[in-house]
This record gives sequence, structure tokens and C-alpha cells, in this order.
Amino acid sequence: MEMQGVLYQTFIFLLAAVIGVTLAKRMGLGSVLGYLGAGIIIGPFALGLVGNDVSDVMHFAEFGVVMMLFLIGLELEPKKLWKLRVPILGLGGLQVLLTTLLITAIAVSVLDLHWKMSLAIGMMLALSSTAIVLQTLSEKGLLRTHAGKSSFAVLLFQDVIVIPMIAVMPLLSTLQVDATTSVGHVKELGLQQTFLILGSVLGIILVGRYLVSPIFNWIARTGLREIFIATSLLLVITITLVMQKVGLSPALGAFLAGVVLAESQYRHELEVGLDTFKSLLLGLFFITVGASINLELLADSVWLIVGLLILLLIVKIAVLGVLARQFKMPLLENLIFTFSLAQGGEFAFVLSTYAAQNGVLDQNTISILTVVVTLSMLLTPLLIIFAERVLQPMLKKDIERRDFDEIDDGETPVIVAGYGRFGQVVSRLLRSQGFNTTLLEYDVMQIELVKKFGTKAFYGDVTNVDILKAAGAETAKLMIIAVDSQDKCLKVTKLCKEHFPQLKVLARAKGRREAHEIKKAGADYVIRETLGSALLLGQEALSALGYRHYQAHRAAKTFLHYDNKHLEELSDIWGDDKQYILEAAEKAELLETVLRADQEANQVEQRQPWMADWTSEEGAEESQSKKEE
Amino acid sequence: MQNRVLVIFAHPAYEQSIANRAMVSAIRDLEGVTFNDLYEKYPDFFIDVEEEQRLLKEHQIIIFQHPFYWYSSPSLLKEWQDVVLDYSFAYGEGGYQLSGKCLMNAVTIGGSESSYGSTGFNHYPVDELLKPFEQTAIFCGMRYIKPFVLYDALALSDSELADEAHRYAQLLRSLRDDDSLMQEGGY
Repeated sequence: MEMQGVLYQTFIFLLAAVIGVTLAKRMGLGSVLGYLGAGIIIGPFALGLVGNDVSDVMHFAEFGVVMMLFLIGLELEPKKLWKLRVPILGLGGLQVLLTTLLITAIAVSVLDLHWKMSLAIGMMLALSSTAIVLQTLSEKGLLRTHAGKSSFAVLLFQDVIVIPMIAVMPLLSTLQVDATTSVGHVKELGLQQTFLILGSVLGIILVGRYLVSPIFNWIARTGLREIFIATSLLLVITITLVMQKVGLSPALGAFLAGVVLAESQYRHELEVGLDTFKSLLLGLFFITVGASINLELLADSVWLIVGLLILLLIVKIAVLGVLARQFKMPLLENLIFTFSLAQGGEFAFVLSTYAAQNGVLDQNTISILTVVVTLSMLLTPLLIIFAERVLQPMLKKDIERRDFDEIDDGETPVIVAGYGRFGQVVSRLLRSQGFNTTLLEYDVMQIELVKKFGTKAFYGDVTNVDILKAAGAETAKLMIIAVDSQDKCLKVTKLCKEHFPQLKVLARAKGRREAHEIKKAGADYVIRETLGSALLLGQEALSALGYRHYQAHRAAKTFLHYDNKHLEELSDIWGDDKQYILEAAEKAELLETVLRADQEANQVEQRQPWMADWTSEEGAEESQSKKEE
Repeated sequence: MQNRVLVIFAHPAYEQSIANRAMVSAIRDLEGVTFNDLYEKYPDFFIDVEEEQRLLKEHQIIIFQHPFYWYSSPSLLKEWQDVVLDYSFAYGEGGYQLSGKCLMNAVTIGGSESSYGSTGFNHYPVDELLKPFEQTAIFCGMRYIKPFVLYDALALSDSELADEAHRYAQLLRSLRDDDSLMQEGGY
């Protein structure tokens, strides 16, 4: 393609991305939907701004998925990965197995297809879309939740299982195949192939461990940032090429390399260097997915496609939901997990190519499946929003009636709501002084974790009055609200004030705004969670700048004193934004003046009363100088 | 008119002090007496100077109530003096705002009265050991009142303690009601 063509296409893609994503974000829909929508509009079936070479662009853009996996690997040290082995093998393995079998069974019985074709379809549809799911979850900040981690585990397993799936495709051949089209694309997973795969995996680990660091060392010494970035790109591209050569998933190889490099000192440099490329390529990938939706086919057989789409979603949701339940995922997390993974994915496109080449499926079936899969990908961000905003609030009420732990702590003076990092410190201090605390926590993983350290936290939703009663709120003296969520904190404060007026409420607030709100709701004591540590760090910074420790300590204390005082004074005008900002700025200025004055007072040589003859001499001098003025 | 009495109390282990608890409960709720518990207010030794100076201005009789630690007060009360009795408040230009007020120490002592004599192992009488407080008062233009001392703080029986506490409360009442201590003119 000549220069102008490339530039023109880049222009179209970028313009579509900028407009699409901005609009989608405005509507609170997330970037993935924006890209997909933009793709549909510029695609060959709508405006036709990009032609039929979209699939070429798509292959190129798939490299974004590879990069994403590499970056995810960088965040996962081997230790963390090892911890995920149960969800990866158990949850992931069962999901692929059960979904494949169920879809195969439906295809055989309902659609009356040959079992070999059905199995191929089952395998294609069992896999979800790594790109869409991870991008959407990370944008929503859900990747670190239980649901997010489990989703990731399942997707990782799918990345692995796609290799044997490709390998068995030739065995499922039912149609007559022209020998020239079936080519030797897919080799049997013979002994030699196995060695090659193992060898390259081992190679990645060894090279990553022992060779990459020295190379980056050498490159970094040139001090040229773009060369460092070029080297990073080169690394990922090399892995991709090697993996393709031996027939492994490049995404998997890149992920592996990422994990190996997670402990390297260049980890953050790599992250920063590659992140922009990854995001743009992923965006491009989503656009091409949108652009490749065959709208003509959709219009021709709309009922068939919609029917299949609904069937696909129902089957996947059912399998995922039941499995998550078996793996003891709390219902609210389960919802996110289930709806996130309910789509077909980009692997379906890959598998369909092999299926076509090996004469497993005919072109018409493949076209219809491709549309169904693409539509399901398009629906994913909407499904997650649906789960988050509609189903979760609806089911919350039911959940409260679910069996929470029986609380058998007897009478304890203190209830600690939320046993994360914050609650732990509070509770341990109290226990060290001999006060018994009843601990309530909503995250099952956290409860399991602290159990290993011999601490018993009870599973329960603290916004439920019955749970609070069971925890002894009627007899306890203190309620310590250490939960992260400010909504919950506010709710618990109100509940306590309403139902247990004798209970003193000590609460953790995120910032000023939250502190005001929680205080207003009736909390007896509110602390801003980061204020103390920030001041301590500031104090250390002053020491590092040459202050004596005592002086640094005084400055921090003075700051805290006035900041608290001002917060109290400002609480009356909270809500009147204009007035608040005005007065807050005034107070901040006042505080700085006070701090400076305190500092200057300490720098002046102190006039002490016991200095000889101080009163007579200096006093006289001062009054004299006054007169002179 | 009554004098207003400010009891500035400094005890780092109040919860374990039987004598001070008896004394505090005897005077805490007296009319005209303000009880100012330093270790409770300033656990981190970060004293609110403005607040303390305001309290001083509002009262006529100032009492330092504390156990006798190393022949002086617990350290927080010393810190209090260092930061509250500041230039241009207690002395210096624009200072002497305490002049005309009265200062008294009320101390609890573990040892016996006889140990605080020229022949005892503490060598000096309590009055003399408290000279720094006396001179501080004089420097600030205050009147120093002879200290209230409770000896054998750890050995007293319950009834003896009650008597001592009563004696302390009586003293504070008489200071409160003594017109001759009234500030003349004032600032």
C-alpha cells in the first residue's frame, strides 16, 4: 500500500476511535463499546470507510492481545501465578469441558448436526474473549476482585487449551477437502512437536531469566529511551514469531515471558514503554472486530442469529454460574464473573479458519457463527454493566437473607467491621491490650487468608442489622467501621445510630468529603485514612531535608492540629460548594502562615527569662528603639 | 465574688495512683474549679498553647497538681511551662499577663516527711526543692502560695486518704473564697 493509503486508513481508524471512545465514555459505557461501535460504523457494511482488507488489519491488531498478555504477565510473579493454580485448572478446565460438551450436545440434538461438526462448534464457542474481558474489567477496576482474578484464571486456561483444540481439528473432518487447501498447516502433535514446544517454553524461561537483564542493562546504558522501547517491542515480537513457528499461542508465550520478567528490575520500564502500544493496538483490534460484523448476513437471517446468540449466552452463563457457585464464589462476585465470560472470543475466529481448512465446517456455518460470536463480544460490556447496575442491586436484598456465619464470640466490647489492612491494625492493637474483638468481613478470600494466621473473622454483610445484632451490637461498647467502601461506612453508621444508640461509632473515611458525611450521619469519631501516614511521610521528608527530627515532628503535629480544627469549623457550611471552597482556601493559607510563624519562632535565638539581666537590658533597648521610630 | 481556680493536673499513670484519684475526685466538681488534665489532653506532648493561655487568663488561682518525680514534676508539666509561659505572654514585651495571679503546687510524695529533711536521705525539704516553681511564679509577677504536700502516698489507709483529700478540697475552697487574693485591677 502506498504512503497516502496508509495515512488515510490511519486517519479513519484514529478519528473513529477518538469520537467513538469519547462518546462511549460520556455515556458511561467504557472504551471497548466505543471502539466496537466505531468499527461497525466505519466498516464495509455501514459507511464503508474501510474496505474488505479489515481482516488483515485485524491480524496485525491481534498483536495488541499478545502485548496485553505480556504486560499482565509482568504484574504476576511466579509466586502469585502458583497461587492461581486451582482456579486456572479447576475453574478454567471445567468451564471449557462442560461448555464444549453442552454446546456439542445441543448442536447434535437440536440442530441435528454431525457430532464432529458439533464438537468443533462446541470448542469454538467455549472460549471467551481475553481482550474484551480483561480490558473491560480493568477499566472498571474489577481485575483485582475475586471475580476479576477468577475470570483471568479461566481466560489463561483457554489460552493454553486452544493449542490442542487446533491440533484435533483435522481429526474432525467430515467434508471432502481439496488436498491443496488443507495443506500441512496443522501438524500432528507428534513427539518432535512436543519437544519443540517444551524447548521453546524452556528457552523463554532461560532467556528471560539470564539473558534479558544483561541485554537491557547494555541498552539502558546508551541512555536512548526510544532504543529501549524498540528493544522491548523487539522482545515481544520475537516471542510471537517463535511461538507461531512452533505452533503455540503467541499470547501464551508472551504471558510466560512476562511472568519470567516480573521480578526483573526493568519491569516498570517495560510496562511504561509498551503500555501505549498495547492500548492503541487493542483499540484497533476492537475496531476491526466491530467492522467485521457482517450486517448483510445478520439482516438475512436475523432470527436464526439472534436465537443462536441467546442460546449461546444462556449456555455459557449457566455453566459459569454453576461452576462459580461450586467454587464458593459469593453471589455478587459470581454475577460479574459469569456475565464477563459469557461471550465467544477471538479464538473462535482462529479455530474457524482451521475448521474451514480441514473441512470440518462449511463456509456458511462459519459465517453465521462468526456473526454470533462477534455480536456476543459486542454485548459483553453491556452485559457487565447489566450485571453490575441491575442484577447486583436486585439480588443484594436476597443475599442478606443468605446464611451468614453463626457468630459465637460471646460478649465482646468491640466490633470491627471490615478486616482488611486497616481493620487488622486496629484490632491487633486492641487485642494486644486484652480487649476481645468480633471481626466481620465480606470477602471470603480474606477470611480464608487470616484464618491461616489463626484469626477468626466472620463472614457477614455489615449493612445488615441482623448481622450486627448477631455480632453483639446490642451489648458492645464500640463499633469500629474499617470498611473500604464509603457507602457501606455511611450506611453502617446510620444503622448503628438508629438501632444501637449506646454504641460508639469510630469510622474510617477516605477524605474530607467522606469525613463530613460520616460525621453528619452521627459517627462519634472519624479519621481520614491517609492523613496520618501522609503526615508521617511528610515529617520524614522534612527530616531528609535537614530538619532536626523534633522540629519535623512539631511541624507535622501543628499541621494536623489546624487541619482538624478547620475541618470542624468548615463542617457547618458543607454542601455550599462555593462558600466551602472559598473558606477552605482561606484556612489553608492561614495554616501555612501559622506553620511558618512556628518555624521562625524556633529559628530566632530564644530569649529565655533566666538569661542574666534580660528584663532590664533588652526591655530597655526595645522601648528605646520604639521611641526612635 | 469568688476566685476561679484552675487545677493543672499532670500524672502519666493516673489510673494507678490511689492518692491522686482521691484528691481529684474531691475537687473535680467543686464550684469555681476547672480541672485541666494534661496527660489526657496531650498524650503526644503537643500542647495547644492558645488554649492553655486562654485558660490561664480566665482563672485567678493556678494549681499545679502532680506527683513528685525526681524532685520535680512529671515531664509534660515542664513542657507545658516551656511552651505556655512564653515571651509576650508570661513575660517580655506585651507579657506579664499572669501578674497578680497566684500559683501553688499540690504534690503527692511516696516518701515520708522525715526523709525530706537535712538529716533524711532526700536531704532537702520539699519547699526548697520546689524553688524553681516559686521563682517562675515570681518572675511572672505571680504570688507563690505555700505548697500542699501529701507524704507517704503509697502507704496511707483509705480513711487517712479520705482525710487528706478532704484537707485538699478545703484548701481549694478557702483559696477560692479568699477575697484578699483577688486580682487588683488586672489586665
